[in-house]
Amino acid sequence: MYAQMVKSEATQDDPEKLAAFQARIDRGEKIEPKDWMPEGYRKTLIRQIGQHAHSEIVGQLPEGNWITRAPTLERKAILLAKVQDEAGHGLYLYCAAETLGVSRDELTEMLLDGRMKYSSIFNYPTLNWADIGAVGWLVDGAAIMNQVPLQRTSFGPYSRAMIRVCKEESFHQRQGYDAIRKMAEGTPEQKKMAQDALNRLWFPSLMMFGPSDKDSVHSEQSMAWKIKMNTNDELRQKFVDQTVPQIEFLGLELPDPGIKWNEERGHYDYTDPDWSEFFDVIKGNGPCNTDRLAARNNAWKDGAWVRDGLLAHAQKKAARKHAAE
Amino acid sequence: MKNEWPLWEIFIRGQHGMSHRHVGSLHAPDAEMAIKNARDVYTRRNEGVSIWVVEANHIAASSPGDKGPLYEPSESKVYRHPTFFDIPEEVGAM
Repeated sequence: MYAQMVKSEATQDDPEKLAAFQARIDRGEKIEPKDWMPEGYRKTLIRQIGQHAHSEIVGQLPEGNWITRAPTLERKAILLAKVQDEAGHGLYLYCAAETLGVSRDELTEMLLDGRMKYSSIFNYPTLNWADIGAVGWLVDGAAIMNQVPLQRTSFGPYSRAMIRVCKEESFHQRQGYDAIRKMAEGTPEQKKMAQDALNRLWFPSLMMFGPSDKDSVHSEQSMAWKIKMNTNDELRQKFVDQTVPQIEFLGLELPDPGIKWNEERGHYDYTDPDWSEFFDVIKGNGPCNTDRLAARNNAWKDGAWVRDGLLAHAQKKAARKHAAE
Repeated sequence: MKNEWPLWEIFIRGQHGMSHRHVGSLHAPDAEMAIKNARDVYTRRNEGVSIWVVEANHIAASSPGDKGPLYEPSESKVYRHPTFFDIPEEVGAM
């Protein structure tokens, strides 16, 4: 997902306190920043929310790539609004992480030097306008699958951030579907581009949910703590089931010959993505990893004089006010 | 009036999981007393599970007169609302 393969941190707290904490979660109570919490819960959440926030921020890059080249002024305004939302989502999430005792600068530095990850999906390029439609439709669609249940997560600030995010996310998916539908219903060349975007982004989108449950050994503790609400395979299946009719409506070919309705299961069967590709992208070898990290590092470096200048100005103003009093 | 206690803005979390909401203000000599007073003034009928107090002069607020420049620009950006996009019923909820 936007947070993939977040390993639950081990916890060495007083068993009695741990049991009382778990009981609170089981009763559906929200944990707030000042409440007692196991160290493992705190650390795992910092990793998870931080990774989620980084994904929102890095996720602006593949779409920002097409703002100046949008086909119409209206599409440009829409894409700009969407990318602006992503920045906002990143900020909601960073603030939620900061309530756990990590600073914004620490989180940023961990992203920039590779100690923290962002979603594998953003290491794929957006080659043309059809990709922008496909990203909104598939990538935001996959994100919604994960974010909707996270509105009920046990950590209060994370849950409230997710509620805000989900309210805004429907626009993202709809604008993407609307854009790709225009192309699927357009000239044969446009339809071909839509098909090509779907084919290229399908498996990377399925990878967003993380490795298959049989290889995902870290989720049990996170599920008990209600910071992970569903297994990877559950969400992936839900995504496939929801998306297949949307593909059919567009009149596009299914991107995977393995997609078939399974009457017995009541779900679509599908082919698993190539997990060796996924692990390779996570390791830093995707098509755009180097570009993405370089762009974030440059933004941080090039923005330093603005951050420092504004702070110096604020300090000068405060000193003047103080002197006048 | 020289020794008047400062004004504090009071925020109460009504029930677990919700955000703190502004409920009103009161005077108190310091933060600790402000919380105690807020408990007496604003939570006598179980209205809250958590209290935040902020000294009023630490709150920066937009002025009502800026309503136009602040909020009117978003009126023309109707595409920020999901209903702007026509999604056929056959494709399901989106």
